[in-house]
Amino acid sequence: MTIGLPLLKPRPADRRAAWEEPPTRLGSAAKAVVLTVIVAVMTLPFLVVLSTSLASREEVTAAGGYVLFPTEPTLQAYRTILSGGLVTRAVTVSVLITGIGTALSLLTTIALAYALSKRGVPGSRPVLLLVLFTLLFAPGMIPMYVLVKELGLLDSYWALILPGLVNAFNLVVMRAFFMNIPEELYHAARIDGAGDWRILTRIVLPLSKGVIAVVGLFYAVTYWNAFFNAMLYLNDSGKWPIQLLLRTYVVQNKQMAADQLGVAHLPPQQSISMAVVMLALIPILLLYPFLQKYFTKGVLTGAIKG
Amino acid sequence: MLALMAPGLLFFAVFFYVPMLGNIVAFQDYQPFIGFKSSPWVGLANFQELFSDPAFWESVRNTLAFAALQLIFFFPAPLALALLINSLVSSRVKKFVQSVVYLPHFISWVLVVALFQQVLGGAGLISNFLRDHGLSALDVMTDPGTFPMLITAQVIWKDIGWGMIIYLAALANVDQSLYESAAVDGAGPWRRMWHVTLPAVRGVTIMLLVLRLGDVLSVGFEQFLLQRDAVGARASEVLDTYVYYHGVVYGDWGIGAVAGLVKGVVGALMIWGANRLAHAFGEQGVYSK
Repeated sequence: MTIGLPLLKPRPADRRAAWEEPPTRLGSAAKAVVLTVIVAVMTLPFLVVLSTSLASREEVTAAGGYVLFPTEPTLQAYRTILSGGLVTRAVTVSVLITGIGTALSLLTTIALAYALSKRGVPGSRPVLLLVLFTLLFAPGMIPMYVLVKELGLLDSYWALILPGLVNAFNLVVMRAFFMNIPEELYHAARIDGAGDWRILTRIVLPLSKGVIAVVGLFYAVTYWNAFFNAMLYLNDSGKWPIQLLLRTYVVQNKQMAADQLGVAHLPPQQSISMAVVMLALIPILLLYPFLQKYFTKGVLTGAIKG
Repeated sequence: MLALMAPGLLFFAVFFYVPMLGNIVAFQDYQPFIGFKSSPWVGLANFQELFSDPAFWESVRNTLAFAALQLIFFFPAPLALALLINSLVSSRVKKFVQSVVYLPHFISWVLVVALFQQVLGGAGLISNFLRDHGLSALDVMTDPGTFPMLITAQVIWKDIGWGMIIYLAALANVDQSLYESAAVDGAGPWRRMWHVTLPAVRGVTIMLLVLRLGDVLSVGFEQFLLQRDAVGARASEVLDTYVYYHGVVYGDWGIGAVAGLVKGVVGALMIWGANRLAHAFGEQGVYSK
């Protein structure tokens, strides 16, 4: 997918051009209404969850479940779930899987993308075709399960990292970026006596911070959001990441008991559920400004050149 | 250089090409506890059994029906929103709306379903409000009849912004002097949209449409898996959930593998065909020739 489009650039000035008709009152009002509705529909669910997670027992009871504007916000629900029980463990698992997984994925992807970006590397053409073919055909869930089982990885955290270690699309984005680094830089470095490893670490990587950030963020979001692989490969619920916990205790509405959370008294169940939702959401919200800065670039450089 | 290539290559070999060969369990009566080496070979019996299973055909029908709904309602939505945002003058408003609509793309399906439950569920915000006012509660999260609309709404909510990026880029690329000359020649806003804006996004739209058609057998696995309990298998079983339930949950490994293999092969052929179609339209598709 070669998309030779420049990144979004604003119009020269925030003004209507001279030749444009003045806006009609009806048109502007219609646009304002449509946009307000869209923004409200997009943000309301987040607001409901955040507010209810902060609400006190009295308010939750009085409102019959959901509170939109808590008068006395309390962090009790968060304190409860983070005090060392089930949820704390799940968050720890998710954070570690995301951190270690992203690091390993990035290293492997950068290394392979770099090798495939250079002309004249023996075998790089067939390897590239083997990689691109994975975009076309997925091996299927059952053979993957059989493989993970035969490798002895069932109930191992590695089963959450290794099967998705390299994403072919991310690899292609990174390779496209590396290929755009001017050939002259490599020549100059070679004349100065630098080897492949030095060229990669001293020249290519410093020039590629942007694309590394994009691909790293994509990997991190994927690891954080993954739930089905844990459901398939981990039978031991003590090892579950946060997303699977969310499915069991929020989507399927199973009740969490006080002893599972390691506390004696529980805040309202509703606040606890919403606090778990928030915990799954917060890392994404924290990464979002960076994601937004880079992702359009990532989407638009998804260039495959055969 | 070969050392740099090795880990990635090893990954693709082990976690892609080995399981691809592992599809041979489709021709076995696979028993997990004795492994695929000792499981008995059954030839094409799994294929026969799959193709005579009404539940399989139901999952095919559901998959195609959901794909059709997405094509009709979800596919044009990002383009419509992109046109609306592109027509705004204030870049601050544009930026704000973009920030809001991109966000849901990055949250997991588990979260999306959880958020929808909190607002639309039987015990959710709107139901509470309706009950407080003496009306009956909403039932959309568990009603098989409205399920197709629900999943389409979820897809739009999650990905309308993401789908819009590529259109906005195409729109930003339009030569502004075309609008000016059209206006000078007397074209009003609608005619400018028809003769300048829409031709500018034609290529991107055809490409995305072709890609979508090629990927028609994938309608979103996790979304259906998460809501299958609430609405039942008849309304929500799609090919991917069929593979999971019949293969892993009911332990009919051979059948699951066959269904997955059929989906993979047909899907790959369709993507290949879709690319041929894209090339025929003079577009690039996912890979160029």
